[in-house]
Amino acid sequence: MPHRLVIANRSGPGRGDHLVSAARASGHAVRDIEVLDVVHVDGPVDDDGLARLGELLLTDALHELVEADRVDDGQLVIETGLRPGVTDVTATELVAAAARLGISGVERATTGHRYLVDADDGLAAERLTVDVLVNPVIERWAEGVLAPAFVDEPPRPPEVAHVAVRDLDDEALEALDRERGLSLAPAELRAVRAHFADLGRDPTDAELETIAQTWSEHCCHKTFRARITFDDGTVVDGLIPMLRDATEQLDRDWVVSAFDGDAGVIVLDDDVEIAVKVETHNHPSAVEPFGGANTGVGGVVRDVIASGAKPIALTDVLCFGPTDLPVDEVPPGVLHPARVRAGVVDGVGDYGNKIGVPTIAGAVLHDPGYTTTPLVFCGCIGVRPRGTGIDVPPESGDLVVVLGGAVGRDGVGGATFSSRSMGAETVGTAGSSVQIGAPIVEKGVIDVVVAARDAGWYRSITDCGAGGLSSAVGELAEGVGADVDLDLVPRKYAGLAPWEVWLSEAQERVVCAVPDDHVEALAALAADHGVGCDVIGRFGGDGRLLVRAGSTVVVDLDLGFLHDGRPRAVLAARHPATARPTRRALPELDPERALLDLLAHPSLRSVEDVVRTYDHEVLGGTVVRPTTGVHLDAPSDGTVVVPLGSTSGRAVAVGVGVNAAWGRHDARAMAEAVVDEAVRNVVAVGADPARVALLDNFSWGNPRDEIELGRLVAAVEGCVTASLHHEAPFICGKDSLNNVYVDPDGLADPVPPTLVVTAVGVVDDVDRVVGSDPTGAGRLLYLLGGAEPVLGGSHLDLVLDADHGGRIPVADPDAPAHYRRLHQAIARGLVDACHDLSEGGIATAAAEMAVGGDVGIEVDVADHGDAVAALFGEACGRLLLAVRPEQAEDLSAALPEARLVGRTTDDRRVALSVDGHQLVDLSLDAVRAAREGRQP
Amino acid sequence: MTPRALVLSARGPNRDGELAAALELAGAETDIRLVSELRERGDDWSGYQLVAVPGGFSHGDALGAGRLLGLDLAGWFGDRLAAHVERGRPVIGICNGFQALVRAGMLPGADDGPALLAHNDSGRFECRWVELLPQPGSPWTSRLDEPIRCPVAHGEGRWVGPSDRVAFRYADHKGDPAGGAYPANPNGSADDIAGVFDPTGLVLGLMPHPEDHVLTRHDPHRRRRPWSGSCLPLFEGGVAHAAAT
Repeated sequence: MPHRLVIANRSGPGRGDHLVSAARASGHAVRDIEVLDVVHVDGPVDDDGLARLGELLLTDALHELVEADRVDDGQLVIETGLRPGVTDVTATELVAAAARLGISGVERATTGHRYLVDADDGLAAERLTVDVLVNPVIERWAEGVLAPAFVDEPPRPPEVAHVAVRDLDDEALEALDRERGLSLAPAELRAVRAHFADLGRDPTDAELETIAQTWSEHCCHKTFRARITFDDGTVVDGLIPMLRDATEQLDRDWVVSAFDGDAGVIVLDDDVEIAVKVETHNHPSAVEPFGGANTGVGGVVRDVIASGAKPIALTDVLCFGPTDLPVDEVPPGVLHPARVRAGVVDGVGDYGNKIGVPTIAGAVLHDPGYTTTPLVFCGCIGVRPRGTGIDVPPESGDLVVVLGGAVGRDGVGGATFSSRSMGAETVGTAGSSVQIGAPIVEKGVIDVVVAARDAGWYRSITDCGAGGLSSAVGELAEGVGADVDLDLVPRKYAGLAPWEVWLSEAQERVVCAVPDDHVEALAALAADHGVGCDVIGRFGGDGRLLVRAGSTVVVDLDLGFLHDGRPRAVLAARHPATARPTRRALPELDPERALLDLLAHPSLRSVEDVVRTYDHEVLGGTVVRPTTGVHLDAPSDGTVVVPLGSTSGRAVAVGVGVNAAWGRHDARAMAEAVVDEAVRNVVAVGADPARVALLDNFSWGNPRDEIELGRLVAAVEGCVTASLHHEAPFICGKDSLNNVYVDPDGLADPVPPTLVVTAVGVVDDVDRVVGSDPTGAGRLLYLLGGAEPVLGGSHLDLVLDADHGGRIPVADPDAPAHYRRLHQAIARGLVDACHDLSEGGIATAAAEMAVGGDVGIEVDVADHGDAVAALFGEACGRLLLAVRPEQAEDLSAALPEARLVGRTTDDRRVALSVDGHQLVDLSLDAVRAAREGRQP
Repeated sequence: MTPRALVLSARGPNRDGELAAALELAGAETDIRLVSELRERGDDWSGYQLVAVPGGFSHGDALGAGRLLGLDLAGWFGDRLAAHVERGRPVIGICNGFQALVRAGMLPGADDGPALLAHNDSGRFECRWVELLPQPGSPWTSRLDEPIRCPVAHGEGRWVGPSDRVAFRYADHKGDPAGGAYPANPNGSADDIAGVFDPTGLVLGLMPHPEDHVLTRHDPHRRRRPWSGSCLPLFEGGVAHAAAT
């Protein structure tokens, strides 16, 4: 019988305040919620041991053990705990700490919460619990006392089932695919059937799963490699080759690795290379926001360490539905956007903060299109010594070594899960496909891998992510072969079938190829860091992937078939229409109200409530922060970090381009515009436009929808055009498809076509970076970029719920030349501040500069035939520069195309005019209050 | 002679690198060592004249920030740390290191009763720059004659304990104590306490991160005004004192 310990905070119920707010927002009449912690320890621990456990590990000046069943009259009691097998870091640390302290008999533990709820009669306990207190995907609950649950299964002999595929006709094959959730296409199923027919046997369950994982959209990007035929006869011979060809055409000598291995790599200086990767984690974040975002960060960090790089910065781009969506309008099976946002932001911060890598750049977008399919893009930037090997294959005889934790039933089938559509029932069934991270384990893995890299103790390394060992070992073994014994893989609990061990997506693991000479040293290093280090097999053999459980053969696959046997997909597409409806008649616009509404919109307003929960200072290298200005409350365009210990004076600038509205109208123009925005953002802080690399991340709908696929092709073509235009090569990309919600009536709701472009640029002199905040009054303001601002797909339309019609912004052919000259002006110290014009046009940009500088601002722009468009219209290639008067002449000589449009003032007013007619005159306080979502 | 500093890392601390860099900039030689490894090898570290415990998330902050590292420090190295201080040598614990020194019983002092760094009033992790008013009484603040500025980055930094040996107070932009007002006082610490000394003044614990403001480029306002508020003199004070021991 496990021992139960309940811990209360002496200082009272304050901890439940945010739960009370959340409960009330969901319509529950709750007065107060007190939160207590519940710990169960299991094992032959004696009373003295329990007392020491309580004293040393569970109580302190503020926390005391209390009687477990204390309840006040009328209180509703809800207890919650993690489902058996879900990562419980606190429980793991408790067991380990008890052992270190010599408290014997503590074999295992669980943690949970006890909620004492004061509410009116008739409160629906189940609704309250599910709305606010637990996510049933990962947690259990009960009214009253919840008994602890452990995974309690007897060890079982390794059983291997064979799946009869040879005798199935096409229809039966597809039924098998659905039943097992393989997510394979009909042609792929036929290829599997033919392969095993040739072998004269049926596949084992583990073989079939290994093939499904390896051939999943998530792992092999079959859409991006497919041959695509349009209805007009046009053929596109693969999207990845298009991007790769553009990069090869640009042929930059500072690109070390593009579209190869786990991350893209460029040169920073004589000693250091930068590795960078951006990943999506959309499906997991939709069903378990905290865990999904948490493991999203963990996954992309492992991609970077698997490139031999030490992480120095993280990025996150988050797309949510409206957080004020009425509760009764939330579609079935979907979590409320406010809950998704809170969980995702917590998940990103928790992981980044605990591994000690600053989260420095990103964006938070809100659009109704993301209510059913929220998007989470996590990026990581790392540094490594020049000349670190890339994708070095294992040699025959190298040991297969897993660094990290033990396996359980975590996320079995994650790669195929994330390659499917979401449905109304997904939240209820996705349990095993979602995990919680253990950043403390990952921190150890980072430290061990970086030290082992410097010591030369591993030859090859890869992340153990989607598909678990099946993908990781399968990938490393390509061309070499491997022989793995699953009995050597450490488990969290007994009872796992061999295929579960092989497919487990337990987080925080990497797989290395280690020569015999080094394994002892590597194991000692890992032990010092408290990181698991397990030899599970050997590379080599006859080029086959042989997986055993002791003497039982679980997988015996030809690696050639596994990696090259998938028939290339052939997909049909149609060109999407880009014509826009004619504009609707609009009500008279109040420019001041419009500006305040824009500044208060969740996508534009201050993101301090998000970025302040992220450690953006750790590692001591952050030079341009996510926020800037006198009060550090204005948005930065790009951010800049310097690797610790760097002496070259060079720094890394990071910028992001993304727009939720434009993709629906014109995917090609959208792609060109977001590439331009990403490049502009890094140039604005001082990066050299001749040394900017790009990453593409597509989150799209169903690629078997011919129009959706047509849009995807158009967007990739837009990326290629813009990449060549800016001479900025793409070095890495990742796509997430099938972001579609299917409602209970079977209607499909695809995500808005969303492309996130991340720009990584090199700053030559870290002491010459600039911010978006003018450093005082009396600065002259120049507008760079002559593209005509338009209102099609504008943020003004989103805020007004209007449709001005017309086209969305298109690329400015002059932008690259402008950026080059702007960069020279910044490098010469001629630019005091520099801010990119994006959502909301020059009006929001000017207002943000006023906030950053804590100064007044006056701007007078030319009418382009439409005063509203002149103020709020959006266009590519535009920036506002602040310049000291004594440098105005030099600036004009360096940037003759920049037009003087205003100045900063000491009257603390934001005054905006068009052709001399003043349309906006707001106090700086009103502007700042709108950005912060409060009354002035 | 250049004094030697030991940066005591563990599972989860993550500001060890920049803390070592700051100590080196202040004139020390540093070694970053894991407590598990020091314990395993049983190395003699009495040659180190300064001990620094960095920020981060030791053991993932499970069971309370700094608790498990604090227990390890007290259980494995309590005698050595006491001997180190007895020889007049300085110790600094920053953020999680401060939390661990409190949990280990080294701060505020053996006779001071229970103390704790509790959850921020906001209930959130918070990363922002703060102004700090140094208080005299320790080698660590001996070279600080004006406020310093640096970031905080913590979720459990509200000082609950005695306030008779304050090392730093949170201050507003004018250099006056924050008076409990958020965000100048980012966590709701009573009496604006950001850091404390032990009775000898040799042991300093503080929540903010002075190691993140020792270079011009760290200063977010360097474009706006001359560099100010550097925390380097804090480390120089500690290192200079260590050199003399």
